[in-house]
Amino acid sequence: MSTLEIRNLHASVETPEGTKQILKGVDLTIKSGETHAIMGPNGSGKSTLAYSLAGHPKYEITEGSVLLDGEDVLEMSVDERAKAGLFLAMQYPVEVPGVSVSNFLRTAKTAIDGEAPKLRTWVKDVKASMEQLRMDPAFNERGVNEGFSGGEKKRHEILQMELLSPKIAILDETDSGLDVDALRIVSEGVNRVKENTGLGVMLITHYTRILNYITPDFVHVFVDGKIAEEGGPELAERLEAEGYDRFLASA
Amino acid sequence: MTLTDHSKAVLDGSHSHGASVGGGEFVPESSRAARLTSFDPEAFGVPTGREEEWRFAALKDLKPLFGAAEGDAVAPWSVSDLPAGVTLEEIDRDAFVAGAAREPGDLLGAVAVAHASGIARLSVAPSTVVDEPITVTVKGSGEDVRHAMSVEVGENAEATVIVDRAGTATVGEFVSVVLGQNASLNLVLLQQWDDDAVHGGEVVASLGKDARLRGSVVTLGGKAVRLNSTVTLAGEGSSVDLFGLYFADQGQHFEHQVFVDHAAPNARSRVTYKGALAGASARTVWIGDVLIRKAAEGTDTYELNRNLVLTEGARADSVPNLEIETGEIEGAGHASATGRFDEEQTFYLRSRGISEEMARRLVVRGFFADLVHEIGVPSVEESLLKAIDIELEHVNELESADD
Ligand SMILES: Nc1ncnc2c1ncn2[C@@H]1O[C@H](COP(=O)(O)OP(=O)(O)OP(=O)(O)O)[C@@H](O)[C@H]1O
Ligand SMILES: [Mg+2]
Repeated sequence: MSTLEIRNLHASVETPEGTKQILKGVDLTIKSGETHAIMGPNGSGKSTLAYSLAGHPKYEITEGSVLLDGEDVLEMSVDERAKAGLFLAMQYPVEVPGVSVSNFLRTAKTAIDGEAPKLRTWVKDVKASMEQLRMDPAFNERGVNEGFSGGEKKRHEILQMELLSPKIAILDETDSGLDVDALRIVSEGVNRVKENTGLGVMLITHYTRILNYITPDFVHVFVDGKIAEEGGPELAERLEAEGYDRFLASA
Repeated sequence: MTLTDHSKAVLDGSHSHGASVGGGEFVPESSRAARLTSFDPEAFGVPTGREEEWRFAALKDLKPLFGAAEGDAVAPWSVSDLPAGVTLEEIDRDAFVAGAAREPGDLLGAVAVAHASGIARLSVAPSTVVDEPITVTVKGSGEDVRHAMSVEVGENAEATVIVDRAGTATVGEFVSVVLGQNASLNLVLLQQWDDDAVHGGEVVASLGKDARLRGSVVTLGGKAVRLNSTVTLAGEGSSVDLFGLYFADQGQHFEHQVFVDHAAPNARSRVTYKGALAGASARTVWIGDVLIRKAAEGTDTYELNRNLVLTEGARADSVPNLEIETGEIEGAGHASATGRFDEEQTFYLRSRGISEEMARRLVVRGFFADLVHEIGVPSVEESLLKAIDIELEHVNELESADD
């Protein structure tokens, strides 16, 4: 049983025009097995929240705290956070030319576990997970995300999530750019990991479509750097119908 | 960090390090065709650093190579067992000059021949196909030498020659490579010197009709290394692939100049050099000249140089030049890019639990990966990947010393 506790989180970024405050007091608690959907207008700071939790050097935390099972996440380096059990599926996964997917996956698994995985089970696990995500085995030999289509990159993110078995995963618009079949395949992947490992999920999305596959326990409306309203799955339906006007007007 | 950029090279800050820019125009001060070549050292003035071919050179370190060696040391090299059809012999200067692919292009090359302590000729007889690499091992122990060597591959013959240099020495050398009709040579020059070696070399090659040359230059060690390669595509349908890989760290100055002289129709050339730099005062220079002469119709050429700057304070110069004297060509392009280590890539890898050190290793290995696999000699490829890892360990030591 794990808990990620985000308290009053403030973050800013340096821009040529000066310091820009993006996160303005985020409060959110995610426990194992829970799925929290985060919905909000473009530019409201959802990806910034995701990156800040993962420790991207561009974002400076100016106030607040983040604890994973009582441990101070903000004190940890990027790789320490991953080893502690945080996983970020990025909105725009990065290409790393010349580094093969298989080498990358094995290196990451070894780093997270602190020891090299048993070769035979590892090869089997990778194969099984790739099959379930309908990824051709040929991807193993390609450079990380190098020339992958948008949808292939997203599947590759979920592949990593499944193989690295984190405690809490942040999925930043993993559904964007997926065709109908891929959306189902990726959602099934997330549900499978949830079932097998009790993963807690922060699911950032613009669409209720994915929520038909991955049922959220909570829906949070994210506006202007913080959470403006919380509710159950019905809130997502309402947002889809009404948009964010009523939050923006009051903001 | 200073990055000098003479072409349309790009320094791309945060994203992929290598948006290549093709076909940029560069007008050289004078044509390569007009550049002086001679076996007579007196024909060249002593370089001042203002000359086109010397302006980025480590002149202070290379200075001893502008004159005869001190003492009478002979070149500290040995050759693997020679297969049938391959001979190695000592020749005199006149024979060397008479058979050379080209005359030296600068003082350093001319001095190496004029003051050579010995001149060797390695010949592969016509129609001999040698599968195993012929390895020349150079193990310096402080010698100061000038020397020259000739490699001749006869008609329809095929061979691989590896020159593997280590230890320390002060070396001025001139190497002539002549490929007969339809001959094929894979020439690999490894510079894995100790940190105080000084090495100035010039390799000139001439290719006959349909001949194929694959030339790889790997420079990982030495205080100052200047290695200039000139290839004359003299025969119709000849083809050359030149690869270069270098990794300079603190206090090292590595210069590689390439000149591909397209003198015959329907010849093809590819030049791909990649370098990494780490540590203050790490310095690399790449100059790539391609000349497509009037006779060279149907030429197909492309040259690329990419540099990856790992730490502040390092400097990479990259100068591609393309001169075209005929309109009837297949294709001609060049690209040059110098980028910093990409933070987004490191972040991505680290967000999967991979340490910063390992992330850097993966990215640099990835940067060089395709190039290493072009060398075409598995044993060399394997040991190179290890050598690159060792270079990276130095970088990590540097970084932790800074903390
Ligand atoms: N490095 C940066 N430099 C300047 N501005 C930035 C930077 N990073 C984020 N921002 C700005 O911060 C705001 C929040 O961006 P963020 O990417 O977090 O939004 P988002 O909610 O994820 O939007 P979307 O739904 O479009 O993905 C935007 O206005 C964005 O332009
Ligand atoms: Mg976003």
